[in-house]
Amino acid sequence: MSSETLDQVVPPATTFEALAAEQAEAPQPVERQVVFEVDGLSVHYGDHKAVRDVAMSVHRHEITAFIGPSGCGKTTVLRCFNRMNDLIPIARVEGKLSYHGVDLYDRRVNPVEVRRRIGMVFQKPNPFPKSIYDNVAYGPRIGGIKKRSELDEIVERALTQAALWDEVKDRLKKSALGISGGQQQRLCIARAVAVDPEVILMDEPCSALDPIATAKIEDLMTEMKTKYTIVIVTHNMQQAARVSDVTAFFSTEVNPDGDLRTGLLIETDSTATMFSNPSDERTENYITGRFG
Amino acid sequence: MSTMTPVSPSTPSPDELSRQLSGASISLRRRIANRTSSGLMVLAFLLAAVPLAVMGVQVFSQGLAVVTDVAWWTEPIPADVGRADLANNEQLNDLGFGTSGTEEEPNSSASDIVLGMQPAIVGTLLTVLGASAMAIPLGIMGAVYLNEYGKKNRLASFIRFMADVMTGVPSVIMGVFIYSIWVVNFGVDGKSAFAASLALACLMLPIIVRSTEEMLRLVPDHLREASSALGTRTWKTTLSVVLPAALPGITSGTLLAVARAAGETAPVVFTIGFVTQTNWSFTGQNTSLSAQIYSQFVNGGSLATQLAWGAAVTLVGIVLVLTLTARFITRHFSVT
Repeated sequence: MSSETLDQVVPPATTFEALAAEQAEAPQPVERQVVFEVDGLSVHYGDHKAVRDVAMSVHRHEITAFIGPSGCGKTTVLRCFNRMNDLIPIARVEGKLSYHGVDLYDRRVNPVEVRRRIGMVFQKPNPFPKSIYDNVAYGPRIGGIKKRSELDEIVERALTQAALWDEVKDRLKKSALGISGGQQQRLCIARAVAVDPEVILMDEPCSALDPIATAKIEDLMTEMKTKYTIVIVTHNMQQAARVSDVTAFFSTEVNPDGDLRTGLLIETDSTATMFSNPSDERTENYITGRFG
Repeated sequence: MSTMTPVSPSTPSPDELSRQLSGASISLRRRIANRTSSGLMVLAFLLAAVPLAVMGVQVFSQGLAVVTDVAWWTEPIPADVGRADLANNEQLNDLGFGTSGTEEEPNSSASDIVLGMQPAIVGTLLTVLGASAMAIPLGIMGAVYLNEYGKKNRLASFIRFMADVMTGVPSVIMGVFIYSIWVVNFGVDGKSAFAASLALACLMLPIIVRSTEEMLRLVPDHLREASSALGTRTWKTTLSVVLPAALPGITSGTLLAVARAAGETAPVVFTIGFVTQTNWSFTGQNTSLSAQIYSQFVNGGSLATQLAWGAAVTLVGIVLVLTLTARFITRHFSVT
């Protein structure tokens, strides 16, 4: 039932292609289409309020970056977008988070269906202890694709999109744990792309990588945004400035009733504005390195 | 003499540094303490190893001769070895030999007896197989429930607690339990390899549940998250990611439980009955190596004692093979 609710609002991949073609033909400017609409979102871990009152929107085919100091709740908010916080028993989400107008936290929404449309790449590369091929084919197989030729095609396409195909095409049957950290992270991107999601959430995808691997993944994101909508959490402000279209700045405030800090969203704006002329003083202090 | 030279900005001279690094400046008291502790540890190890070594030598020296005979693996257990022995002794006594005559060569009537143990070997394998078939799937599924679904809820905590209690229940209680609920209800026919399997399964179940749960807990959560993030249901994640990653650990834990069950005596003695002919069926009375060790020693007499020692060697061999298999599996397919 929940999947039906989502299907009604999310165009399937085939019509999406048609839509993209239509938009290419149509004269600019293309209206920015809202994918996520967040309003008054708060997350609690047990009694502790981790993030409060987040309000923002995420648009299609754009890269939205979350920046801010440690512990300000960037990752927590990101994990709300595909209901990964459901896996933490003590986490509780309040407020509104809609995906193409459907409330993601509606009782009828099945988180499994949500995660098929909204993929995720984690901070630490986390390939399965399986072969490179099986890692990429994992999602499609779960989705019911059994035909070998079809899987081969998907694996090649996903690995090519993740700019990894040339490096691993001769050792697809080898363990995914035997390739370098940067390759593993691109493999994880390929694995997420293989199920053909609409949105890809990235939680500090480059924090464990060297500058060369980071540059590769940044190039990749820029290419991928023509097809996907990307939300990325990053500690690296230069990275946010380089790749994102929109930047959201989070910060923390000390709780009046406890030692733990609560995160909050300070402002969201186009990346160019955020880095040149932010409207909030706190953003400017953080970006210029004067943040306490 | 100060042994702790604080790290100062000025590096000591090469000579002084090499003296410090060689450990020559360590005080006499610390060196003596070091030697004494090392010596005590070696001594403790030797003390712990002595009983094991003596046991091994004793069992193998007494039983190896019988086991190396092919008949041991193919022939039925000789009936009335006790009576044959007794008759033998009486005969010897009648002839005026002293009690020391029991140590003499048995006469022809006793040496005709072929020492076989096939029924007990078959019985042990059957009971262990039956118990494994019941306890392993149930135990692994129970552990999956505890670690992947129940986690810390009340039911899971209760099951975990009961499993811990069950692990500590003496094995003889399991034997009496199955005797009272199964054997008593079916009379003499109730005693069978199946009844013994039930008792052993009760014994194995908590061990398998707890060891499997520990292995599942070792599987890093980021693998579960990676799978969930691709839109995978928990059962599918468990089957295709968690269990494969934990498989080597689960296998070795399970095999250790199997080895433990193979060596159990008390639950089997109550439930398996006694036969001297090989019984390949789960129904009907049967026998096992551990039951044979027990009853042959109780019988007494030189032939019965030989049978008991032989059964002991066979049992130790089976358990050893299982343990080595478990080690091999853990070493060669370790969790990544």
